[in-house]
Amino acid sequence: MKIKKDNLIEFIFFLIALTTLTVLAVITIFIFEEGLPLINKVGVLNFIFGMKWAPSQGIYGIFPMIVGTLSVTFGAAIIGVPVALCCAIFLTEFAPKQVRLFMRPAIQLLAGIPSVVYGFWGLTFIVPLIRVYLGGPGLSILAGSIILAIMILPTIISISEVSLLSLPSLYKQGSLALGATHWQTIFHLLLPSAKTGIMAAIVLGIGRAIGETMAVIMVLGNAVALPQSILDPARTLTTNIGIEMGYASGEHQQALFATGIVLFVLIMIINSIAQYIVRKR
Amino acid sequence: MIIHPKTSEKIAKIVIWTVSIIVILLLFFIVSYIIFKGLPTLSWEFLTESPRNMGRDGGIFSTIVSTLYVTLLSILIATPFGVGTAFYLTEFKRETRITRIIRFSAESLAAIPSIVYGLFGFIFFVIYLNLGWSVISGSLTMAVMILPTIIRTSEEAIRSVPNSYREVSYSLGGTKLQTIGWVVLPAALPGIATGVILGIGRCVAETAAVILTAGSSLRIPSSIFAPSRTMAVHFYILAREGISMDRAYATAALLIIIIFTINILANNVVNKFIAKNK
Repeated sequence: MKIKKDNLIEFIFFLIALTTLTVLAVITIFIFEEGLPLINKVGVLNFIFGMKWAPSQGIYGIFPMIVGTLSVTFGAAIIGVPVALCCAIFLTEFAPKQVRLFMRPAIQLLAGIPSVVYGFWGLTFIVPLIRVYLGGPGLSILAGSIILAIMILPTIISISEVSLLSLPSLYKQGSLALGATHWQTIFHLLLPSAKTGIMAAIVLGIGRAIGETMAVIMVLGNAVALPQSILDPARTLTTNIGIEMGYASGEHQQALFATGIVLFVLIMIINSIAQYIVRKR
Repeated sequence: MIIHPKTSEKIAKIVIWTVSIIVILLLFFIVSYIIFKGLPTLSWEFLTESPRNMGRDGGIFSTIVSTLYVTLLSILIATPFGVGTAFYLTEFKRETRITRIIRFSAESLAAIPSIVYGLFGFIFFVIYLNLGWSVISGSLTMAVMILPTIIRTSEEAIRSVPNSYREVSYSLGGTKLQTIGWVVLPAALPGIATGVILGIGRCVAETAAVILTAGSSLRIPSSIFAPSRTMAVHFYILAREGISMDRAYATAALLIIIIFTINILANNVVNKFIAKNK
């Protein structure tokens, strides 16, 4: 009797645990069901490589937004990754205990600040700086990259820190005992040993940057044209949805779901890469 | 050219210290920039009066109420599922194909951008289930979004409960459910609470997913089926449409103060938890 009851309880918990899978399936089905008809109608290649986005004329091409997403993300990674690695090394190797105890929660706080607030800060502080000192409208890929770089710091710092901390202390002791300097030990031994964790951290950070919407809407200028330089405004896949979802209907709305599909697939690929890296370890 | 190891050591140290200090200063700067610009407008009236004239005048009371509704409801929906899943992954199963699939689903949910959650919530809850732009649509969407966070933190908390606890319970004749409910759950509660608090933080901060599902009505929601506008959404609309910069800063300042408090709470709970388990 008792065994039967235990089985029933296990089954109930199993059903609860299935929610994640069910929800993931429902999300996928509904996004695809809403967006796929339009992609089929326009044609996959025309949709992805189309240069013109003019919903009022029924023309849907998202190539400029794909370029926008990739360039903003790339910019964020170029700025954010070295900075985040410096912080992670600082936290694990250099920071005095008091500084460490203060800095960790501070970086966690950075992760909690609403993305709209970052966007607003970028709009009122970074954008005018760029406009005055570098020219252009200020609302630009550069502004977006800077804001996103700050936003992905916590992700990259905390995951790389964990993988640096999980290295056996023998590594470091051995290297120092052989006469290597502290920095040689870090650069030639610790960083390479923690490589997979750091890679996973970077990939997850890039995933966050691609998916971010509200902060980017405020600083990117949102023009639907192929950007020519980092001082040009641009539109990303996420902001395309964020801006037009408010008033779109009919086919136009389907096109935004189709944009969502492209975003969804991109994120799933990146997430799978990250999980693969973590598993391999 | 070969740089002497001593020199490279020095350069590296200087670079790493400088960059880290700049990051800390930058964080400090962003937070204080918003708070100082917002404080002059942030008054008791601002908190307790409802917005008038699209938010140009008056306070933000109705958006505070909406934020509370959406957050509370999301947590109430997500916590049982999150904690239940965590128990299934830790207490019932060793690593099998099923646990791997569930974990993969949770990781995937964590990776989905909030705007995609917004699209999903809109088409599924608002349109398909016909719940309209409402507190309940927003809460259900947010519940799905914070589920992975709650699962992950609860799982860690449950795993850190020493095995001897369970062994004692079983040796005294406790069933699985009794062991989970009376022994493991209480011991893991602070860790689970941290996950819930982090979930609260995400609900308060979220904009993209909420604006597409809970709507942007400025009235105080009369029921969970009424539309609502959370503080983060209100702030976004004020700032983006340039309705009132003062009020935008004040709302942002309040949001940061809330997030700050939530973070301190979460950290305190963790620290107490660690201290207790030592």
